[in-house]
Amino acid sequence: MMASSYNAKEEDGHHSGSSTHGGTGAPKNKKPDNTAFKQQRLPAWQPILTAGTVLPAFFVIGLMFIPIGIGLYVTSNNIKEYEVDYTGVEPNSPCYDCANNFTWNSTTPCVCTVTFTLTQPFESNVYMYYGLSNFYQNHRRYVKSRDDSQLNGVQSSLTNPSKECEPYRTNPETKQPIAPCGAIANSLFNDTLELYYSQPDGNTSKVTLVKTGIAWYTDKHVKFRNPGNDKDNLTERFKGTAKPVNWLKPVYELDPSDSENNGFINEDFIVWMRTAALPTFRKLYRIIQKKPDSTPTLASGKYVLKITYNYPVRSFDGRKRMILSTISWMGGKNPFLGIAYITVGSICFFLGVVLLIIHHKYDTRSNSADIPN
Amino acid sequence: MLRRRLNRLFGGDEGRVHSRTIYVGHKSCPPNEAYIPPKFCDNRIVSSKYTVWNFLPKNLFEQFRRIANFYFLIIFLVQVIVDTPTSPVTSGLPLFFVITVTAVKQGYEDWLRHKADREVNEYRVSVLEDGRRIRKMSAKIKVGDIVEVEEDETFPCDLILLQSSRDDGTCFVTTASLDGESNHKTHYTVADLESDLQYLSATIECEQPQPDLYKFVGRMHIYRNSQEPDVRSLGPENLLLKGANLKNTQKICGVAVYTGMETKMALNYQGKSQKRSAVEKSINAFLLVYLFILVSKALVCTTLKYVWQSKHDETWYNEKTQKEKETNQYLKMFTDFLSFMVLFNFIIPVSMYVTVEMQKFLGSFFITWDKDFFDPEIQEGALVNTSDLNEELGQVEYIFTDKTGTLTQNNMEFIECCIDGFQYKHGDGSSELDGFCVTDGPVNKIQQKAGREREELFLRALCLCHTVQVKESTKQRQDQNDQFDQIDQVDGLGLDHGFLDPPQKEMGFIASSPDEIALVKGAMRYGFTFLGLESKNMKILNRNKDVETYELLHVLNFDPVRRRMSVMVRSKTGDILLFCKGADSSIFPQVRQEEVERIRMHVERNATEGYRTLCVAYKHLSAQEYARADADLREARLALQDREEKLMAVYNRVETDMILIGATAVEDQLQDEAAQTMEALQGAGMKVWVLTGDKMETAKSTCYACGLFKKNTELLELTLRTLEDGGRSREERLHDLLLEYHKKAVQDAPPVKLGITRSWSVAGHDYGFIIDGASLSMVLSSSSEPNSRRYKNLFLQICQNCTSVLCCRMAPLQKAQIVKLVKNSKGNPITLSIGDGANDVSMILEAHVGIGIKGKEGRQAVKNSDYAIPKLKHLKKLLLAHGHLYYVRIAHLVQYFFYKNLCFILPQFLYQFFCGYSQQPLYDAAYLTMYNICFTSMPILAYSLLEQHICIEVLLEHSTLYRDIAKNAMLRWKLFLYWTALGIFHGLVFFFGVRFLFSNPALQDNGQVFGNWSYGTIVFTVLVFTVTLKLALDTRHWTWINHFVIWGSLAFYVFFSFFWGGIIWPFLKHQRLYFVFANMLSSVSAWLVIILLILLSLLPEILLVVLRKPRGPHARQKKSSAGDPQSPQSPARPLLTRTFSDESNTVI
Repeated sequence: MMASSYNAKEEDGHHSGSSTHGGTGAPKNKKPDNTAFKQQRLPAWQPILTAGTVLPAFFVIGLMFIPIGIGLYVTSNNIKEYEVDYTGVEPNSPCYDCANNFTWNSTTPCVCTVTFTLTQPFESNVYMYYGLSNFYQNHRRYVKSRDDSQLNGVQSSLTNPSKECEPYRTNPETKQPIAPCGAIANSLFNDTLELYYSQPDGNTSKVTLVKTGIAWYTDKHVKFRNPGNDKDNLTERFKGTAKPVNWLKPVYELDPSDSENNGFINEDFIVWMRTAALPTFRKLYRIIQKKPDSTPTLASGKYVLKITYNYPVRSFDGRKRMILSTISWMGGKNPFLGIAYITVGSICFFLGVVLLIIHHKYDTRSNSADIPN
Repeated sequence: MLRRRLNRLFGGDEGRVHSRTIYVGHKSCPPNEAYIPPKFCDNRIVSSKYTVWNFLPKNLFEQFRRIANFYFLIIFLVQVIVDTPTSPVTSGLPLFFVITVTAVKQGYEDWLRHKADREVNEYRVSVLEDGRRIRKMSAKIKVGDIVEVEEDETFPCDLILLQSSRDDGTCFVTTASLDGESNHKTHYTVADLESDLQYLSATIECEQPQPDLYKFVGRMHIYRNSQEPDVRSLGPENLLLKGANLKNTQKICGVAVYTGMETKMALNYQGKSQKRSAVEKSINAFLLVYLFILVSKALVCTTLKYVWQSKHDETWYNEKTQKEKETNQYLKMFTDFLSFMVLFNFIIPVSMYVTVEMQKFLGSFFITWDKDFFDPEIQEGALVNTSDLNEELGQVEYIFTDKTGTLTQNNMEFIECCIDGFQYKHGDGSSELDGFCVTDGPVNKIQQKAGREREELFLRALCLCHTVQVKESTKQRQDQNDQFDQIDQVDGLGLDHGFLDPPQKEMGFIASSPDEIALVKGAMRYGFTFLGLESKNMKILNRNKDVETYELLHVLNFDPVRRRMSVMVRSKTGDILLFCKGADSSIFPQVRQEEVERIRMHVERNATEGYRTLCVAYKHLSAQEYARADADLREARLALQDREEKLMAVYNRVETDMILIGATAVEDQLQDEAAQTMEALQGAGMKVWVLTGDKMETAKSTCYACGLFKKNTELLELTLRTLEDGGRSREERLHDLLLEYHKKAVQDAPPVKLGITRSWSVAGHDYGFIIDGASLSMVLSSSSEPNSRRYKNLFLQICQNCTSVLCCRMAPLQKAQIVKLVKNSKGNPITLSIGDGANDVSMILEAHVGIGIKGKEGRQAVKNSDYAIPKLKHLKKLLLAHGHLYYVRIAHLVQYFFYKNLCFILPQFLYQFFCGYSQQPLYDAAYLTMYNICFTSMPILAYSLLEQHICIEVLLEHSTLYRDIAKNAMLRWKLFLYWTALGIFHGLVFFFGVRFLFSNPALQDNGQVFGNWSYGTIVFTVLVFTVTLKLALDTRHWTWINHFVIWGSLAFYVFFSFFWGGIIWPFLKHQRLYFVFANMLSSVSAWLVIILLILLSLLPEILLVVLRKPRGPHARQKKSSAGDPQSPQSPARPLLTRTFSDESNTVI
């Protein structure tokens, strides 16, 4: 017994599976099991990738990718997109004044209008985006500056938001908790965009912008919830909280007209809260429903974009855009996928041809050897 | 290792300088002197490392001494202290897991040790005190206590045997737990002691404790009635070692001389030094590269962050917190740097260490499970003592093999003898070779050539000159006589004690060397039977069936320097005879020269036939001569210092002027398939060196028989014989010979490429090199330092250019020296030592991989080895199949791990350029943590356990395949760069592919947009699928397990993502992934981009497979048929494609 204790290996590494205990202990009469696993003889499929098996794959990939690519490219090209930059950097741009005279606590909103012309009519549903550039919504301090449980309507978080929301956690003066807290909420995009169509006859008609259906369904219905009891008045439910410092109005007045779109479940708010991946991004703002008759949703012609200019971007060299776009099954306009598919498909096809030539030139006599048996 | 050295250093010095005095029974001696109890340590044994109190700190400390653990601890601490992008859980959890598992394992092992310690320490022993017997705990035994031990008990400490219940003052012990020898050894009581130990008054003077089990020098002073004290010498034969078992003896009494941690057993206890494999070294090198990448990434990001911040000052929408504003700028920079380190630290994954350990641990089971390694004879299979070296088996370049018991069976058979120059060959059928002797009737007729008298003298010599004991049938358990002495077989110069128990009904012989048994049996066949030894009387049954009795006067033990042994006996008639047997070279100088020539011829002929030869000589001693020899011997045995040297001198003086009677030839049969195995190993590019203690001729013949030397091999000999030719001094001759051989073998030989294909010039000469121990020591320890280095170099170069090297007459330490020499030579080749005896232990421990053969020479080699196999033939499969596969598996595992983490982290790094260097992670924390643990770990683990890129049969058949992976071929920098480049390419594809897609984040058909978490999830999905499919592409052996694990982990990823994103997790602060995955799948564009990117990433891989594919079989066909016309595209063939899949075509 002494011996075995002494033989216990004294090292940090692994103990080997078999007994290292020496001594003379009776030799184990165990013949190793003759199982396929233990003898490393499990039946196995031994694929051999040879030119013979891979070449067809190359052709198939090529032949599949090129049409898909063409389809994608055509689809993307058919998507109509119109972009208006209304930042107001250039002195002659309509929003120059608004941009320059911006102050945080101005009482009267600055309004500017941009006119533009659609040369082609936009069919089907048209989606209105706002786009920001050089806006780092993906900055780490920014991304984590939110309290998801507050947004989920948890009462305790409403009154005591997460530390991550600093420095937008409590109102510096009143010390009241901010709802919704955090940098993301605080910087909610609050320009108001309105679109008017200048009919050829000189009248202008307002284009109806639908403000629901722009956020993910699950966000709107599960992830974001107003605190408190549904029966109570929303103002009551947010009582004791302060509005984010940069907001003009409290959260329960985001959309007073529609109780299903007010408070935390306001879709503009939810869309904003989904932080963008890149510093130049666009977010869905409104949907212009297609008309029941066959007339285009947005006919070609002159349009007026009326902007309530609330959102300062010049301090960080940002740009603001309004984008009108139709949507296809693949989403918005993006030629990348189509081009990539066509390229990869062609490369595959080309390689297939090259390989075929090499294969036939050099290996004519040994085809049989390549076939796995 | 250090401890052993220290022990040796201090123990040795102390031993020489001091000795300890022990008062037997704590009585003052001489009685009138004052008794000062000396201080010695008590008999407590502590083998445990921890106590309950210090376990946690000590264990943690030891674990964090490992660089990897420490690194991860630092990362974890940084995550806890500094505000970092990922939660501490992501790195803390895996680290905690690893640490806990190791701690539990080590704790359990220590608990076992504690238990064993307690059992030993609390074991009750009887101690005689003042004539009474007291039961005491073993731990309480003090030096000087008289301890009583009963049959089958273990000795509680090192004891000097005072009294035995046996009449002849002997006792038997087995030392299996000490050195693995299971035969009974006889120990002797100190002569002429009082029968009642109560009245014994004596002191023992002995050396300080030292670890050598077989050395003990002491002296006992016995005080009787105020006379001058009697002095008795004490040797190892009087010392009973702690840990040994008393056998066949009812009880003994002994006095404790060494106790507790000072016992020889405790001193011999040391952890084996841990061997590290070449792969591990490669991993560490790669690790450094990745650490460099990591640090530079973090540095780049930190720098850019501050450059960026100088332009983009704090924006209104993203103000700093109060704390951030207050922090010191430089501290901030530093913590930013740390944060980036943490963000990118996944590039060096904890999980790789876990996976590598798991792979080694689990993988080693395949060796133990292999039924081809099962030997029906000993009913055992292979044994794995360490799993750390599995892959090293695939990298062996030099094999050092023992001869006896390894190449040969160590199964001796008496073949013939030569008496007075006449050859006697046993003519009868082999049926009687098993040792049965039919003593009635002259069945075995010796051709009457030599005089009958001579014959009988010779046979008597064979019967008397040995240390064999007769094993009687188990019923009569009485006087078994053997001798405990350092007897040695003729080959193994070390301390081997073999054990042979031939299946006999009536009578068996037990000896430490099989040669002796073969000789005794040989004599038996010719009519002289050794009956046994009874109280110093050797009995033999002669041809006439008379019992002759000889009194055994002295045994002059075998030792490796003299290489002979002798006995002195007194016959009935009162003649005193000395019989001596030994190697020819050691006998011939000691005998009268006239007989030598006749017998030398026979000996040399026998030696070239591969037999082991021994010469037998005798001498009459006159009464005076004997008296003198007797006195000398006794005196030398009493010497406290330099006893060995003095004994040796006496032996040499006595063993002179003998008369040569004859020689014997014993066949040492080759192991099964020894020749095929050697051929395969050489074909695999390994160089086989035979290191043996045996004589040159025998060893050479074995080499020929094994095919290590071939007919056309030109032998370069550097032995005493060649050195003494030419009549000049040995030094000069050595110099000349070395230069000459060097010129032949190295300079004139076409340069051998040391590279991917190690093929020595087949066309040129085949050289074999032979060196013996004496010459080697001259080479290694030449008088002048520059010369010695030069000789060493010359010697190495010659050896490395020879196909086979034979080193004969090696002492165990010299074997290790050679291994060390080669191990440390240029290029640090991987060495493997294989042996079966205790004399091979030193080289087994020295080599990179030590293999023990479960042979007949005890289990010491097995215990000290890394792997043990029953037979030599198993080495072939162990190296060519297991080693090859393990190497390929682990090499791929390592490369793949680095690759997959590089392309995992690279997008994260690139993302920093788009998020203002703010350390924003691209992936969710769950993905960061799970990537290495769940999503991608199982397929590679399964691959690294099951992959057979070439199936085992083919590997065994084509041993040249082994060369393809030589020199760490799969972990070279070139391949590492290839994998790194692949990782970077994939990382770039993943990131920028999605980046371009996100130039318009409106990816859903309802116009809704995706955010940053969708971005990360798409990249991550592509990543998981690509790395898994990349592995699938590399897998050449798809068992159901591979299918299950590969498709299973992909399915698990999808399932997990749904699950993770499907619930608002109450414990999470951020619900980042809520329905992100589901939404991603609802977007056609996301699908398309995922498919595109996976395909694009794998395209080059597939292309490479196809490009190199057609060549594999053709190249081989051409090589075998037409010689060496290279495939036309071979220059264009990418170097990097040289992976193992080349060979897959030969699989079926």
